This record gives sequence, C-alpha cells and structure tokens, in this order.
Amino acid sequence: MSLNYIAFKSLLTKEVSRFTRIWLQTLVPPAVTMSLYFVIFGNLIGSRIGQMSGFSYMEFIVPGLIMMSVITNSYSNVASSFFSSKFQHNVEELLVAPVPTWIIIAGYVGGGVIRGLLVGMIVTLLSLFFIDLNIFNLGVLVLSVLLTSTLFALGGLINAILAKSFDDISIIPNFVLTPLTYLGGVFYSLSLLPDFWQGVSKANPIVYMINTFRYGFLGVSDIPLIYSFSMIIGFVVVLYSVAHWMIARGIGLRS
Amino acid sequence: MKALVIKNLAKTYKGGVEALKGIDLEVEQGDFYALLGPNGAGKSTTIGIISSLVNKTAGSVEVFGHSLDNALEHAKQQIGLVPQEFNFNQFETVLQVVVNQAGYYGVPRKLALERAEQYLTQLELWDKRNDKSRELSGGMKRRLMIARALMHRPKLLILDEPTAGVDIELRRSMWEFLQQLNAQGVTIILTTHYLEEAELLCRNIGIINHGVIVQNTSMKSLLAKLNLETFVFDLAPNSPDCSLDGYQYRRLDDHTIEVDVERGSELNGIFSQLSAQQVSVFSMRNKANRLEELFISLVSKGVAK
Repeated sequence: MSLNYIAFKSLLTKEVSRFTRIWLQTLVPPAVTMSLYFVIFGNLIGSRIGQMSGFSYMEFIVPGLIMMSVITNSYSNVASSFFSSKFQHNVEELLVAPVPTWIIIAGYVGGGVIRGLLVGMIVTLLSLFFIDLNIFNLGVLVLSVLLTSTLFALGGLINAILAKSFDDISIIPNFVLTPLTYLGGVFYSLSLLPDFWQGVSKANPIVYMINTFRYGFLGVSDIPLIYSFSMIIGFVVVLYSVAHWMIARGIGLRS
Repeated sequence: MKALVIKNLAKTYKGGVEALKGIDLEVEQGDFYALLGPNGAGKSTTIGIISSLVNKTAGSVEVFGHSLDNALEHAKQQIGLVPQEFNFNQFETVLQVVVNQAGYYGVPRKLALERAEQYLTQLELWDKRNDKSRELSGGMKRRLMIARALMHRPKLLILDEPTAGVDIELRRSMWEFLQQLNAQGVTIILTTHYLEEAELLCRNIGIINHGVIVQNTSMKSLLAKLNLETFVFDLAPNSPDCSLDGYQYRRLDDHTIEVDVERGSELNGIFSQLSAQQVSVFSMRNKANRLEELFISLVSKGVAK
C-alpha cells in the first residue's frame, strides 16, 4: 500500500467517523426538515399548485430538495470539520506529516461528499413515502450529485481555511448558499420567470446543478445538459485550484 | 551525519516582529540538544519552521540531509514533534489519536496498532486507550503527545517544553524514557524552562535570545564558564553561630548554610573551620542552580556568540 493511500484512508475514516459519531446533529436534522418540506410544499400546498414542467409539483420539487440537502451537508461538513481542526490546532497533525496537499483536500472533500450522499439517500428514501420516484437517466443522476457535492465540499473547505471564528463558517451558508439554493429553481421552473430574471438566474451556479439532477429523475431541464456539466466541472476545477493554492501556501494555517 | 543544519534562518512576522535574525545551528545525529531562551526569544518559531508549522522568511533548514525547500516530505518523515500546546482532537480516544497520526505518515493500521500498544504501555497510557483524550490529566496529555510523535519512528524528536506543568515524579519518568530513546539512537532537541532538566539530559546546548543564538556549545564547556559553585551544608540541628573566614557564605536557618566556592579550590578549609567551631556537618550537596545563573548572565548581558 502506498503511503499516500494509507494517509488518505486514515483521513477519510476519521472524517466519516466524525459525522457518524454525531449523527443526531448531522444526519437526522436534514431528514426532519425535508420531511416537513414534502408534507407542506409537496402535499398540502403542491396539490393546489398543479403541474410544473409537465409533472406534479411534488415530483418537480423532490429532486431539488434532495440536491438542496446534498449541497448543504457537503458544505457544512467540511466547513465545520476543517475549522474545528484549525480551532483545536489538530490540523497541525496533518501539516507536520508528509501528507501532500491533494491528499488533505481529497480526505476532507471525500468526507463531505460521503455525508452529502448519505443525507441525499436518506431524503430520497423519505420521498418514497410521498411519490413514486422514477429515474430517467441514472448516469446523469449519479454524476451530477457527485460533482455537486464535490463542488460544495470544496467551497466549505475554502470557507474554513479563511474563517477566523465560528461565525465566519455560518455567514456563507446563511447569507449566500441558502438564498442561491432557494433561487436556484428548487421550487419553480425558470421558464416561469420573465426573460430578464431568467438571465440573472443563469449566473447562479446552483441552477445548473439542480436542473441536471432533475433531468436525471424527470428527463426535463431548463438548461442544456452539456452546458450544465461544463459549468459544474469548471467550478470544481477553479475551487480545487484555489483550495490547493491556499493550503500549499499555508494561508490561514501557518504563520 | 548532521541531524539538523540551519543556515541563516530568519523570520519576520506580519506586523514586522523579527522573531529570528538569521540563526545558524547544527545538531549532530544522536545528540541530546537543549535549546534554551526566555519567553519570546525565538525557540518556538525555530521549532515551528523545522516542523513546517511556520513559514520562514529566509535561510535554509536540512533534516538528515533533506532540505525543507526541495525534499519537504522526506524531511517531515524524519521528524517527530511534541508541541508545547495540546493539539490533538479532544473528542477522539487515545488510541484513535495515535493510530490516525501513524496513518498520516503512511504506517499501515496493523503496524500502527502494534506500535500504539508498545508506546502507550511504555508511557503508562494503555489502560486509558479507549478514553476520550479530553478526559486525561495534564501529565497524561503530555505523554499522549510523546506517544503520538513516536508512531512513525522518527530519527529526530523535537520536544517543546514537554514537562511544563508535570509533577516531579512524572517528570523523572519522562526523563528516563527520553534517555532510553536517545540511547536507542533517536536525536532529541528539547526546549525547556527547567534548566535542571537541560543540565541533566542534554549534551549540547544553544541559547537563543531576541532571535539570535548567543551560545552554542557543549553543556560541559558552558558550565565550565561558571567560576563560582555554591554548596549547601546541612548541619546538626540548633548548631551554634559560625563564621567562615575567606569564604562568601549565608546562614539559611539554624541547620543550613550556603557557601560559594571558587571553581578548583579545595573544600577542606570549610570543614576544618566548622569542626573547630564544634559545628557538625551531616551532609553536603551542590546547589543545582548553576545553569540558571549562567543562563541569566548570558541572556541579560546579551553575550555574542
């Protein structure tokens, strides 16, 4: 076994055991919140809204809600885990060891992706109590959820690297991530918006992720798939490069 | 082979604080080296740079021939660090702390578990292996950091004030453990505020002050610079007042006196004079503050290397 593989496995195991150890804080809340969304927006209000893009409102919002929980959990897992390591100084265990920067990123991002996917699966299973989910394209579904959770785990990592207090790791999720997610087409089709706001919405990266994921379930998307995937992959490359540069330079980590 | 070669190492922090002003330092393989200096002298900055926790401003560092600039991962593999502050994950168990750290150095889990048992047993922590690390006492936490630093079998162990806040019994057992490690070939660099500790353990010593090495020599030659030695005489209880012509002395209580003696001069005169005054001596010891006196004089005078 190569040294890098052992280091990656150690870090990933540590990350996964961290969020599973505190499952009441990490896995249960999104399940409860999304169940409430399903009951209130899907069942009670959704039945009066009628169809959206040719599907029942519940069918339309379920992919968006799954993706919303994946995004939030991937992001917050890495943000809180990495910042706690900085705060307790145990990130120094990694910095003094011969662990390459890409392994540090892979370990933390891997932990965030696994939590995002686990929560996504829990929410998907819960949605089965409300609708019969059909999968239109499994490949698109898996690829979009993997890339999206990777992207937001990288975002959480950068946030934690730059954060100086616990407040700093809640500002982005509360004031940037949540509005972008709600305005990213979880609850409505972009085609309902006037042309101008459709254009503005296309500057929101979450629009591409939710639409791609929804395509995997329903086969409909407001944005062409190739365009969406290119955007997501582009964002992943940019955020990875930024995170790599920051850790290698020791920004926020070394004095 | 040199375990550590530092050349012209400088560090200026943001805000302009010049912590290191171009220091040079060499530590031989197998040495037990003390790095001393008052608070803020630059000890922890030096250790931080060697262990990659602080970015240097200028200069070079080589660990067993591996440069931090172009063979960083090889250099890191040689070093075990016991930092001054507790920096393990407080929510992990003792066993998780050491096994995870071994994993970061590429030690397979099975081997890591074997080593964990060895080091935790030697450091009397094996019974606590499943306890959360935050539940340990201060002394146990220090020992946990030593065990963690040894998991990848480093050739150079750096300890930043490892016995701070540790009771004397435990401190002595840690000294024994470190001496055993050194005897097995591990090069050790130690910073400490207990000068008795440095005097007892270390063969060579560097004194750093205001970011400059003011002394880098063997412990023996450093102590030889001290001209006066102080001896403590324990007398019979309620001994009569006595005087010692030709000696500087202090009566501490009714059965103790301290006498300053010039290095190389005989002690017989003290005994003769005390005996003539009907004062019985029960025991005598060298006052263990020699290095302290020298340290204070070097640091306060700012003696150049």
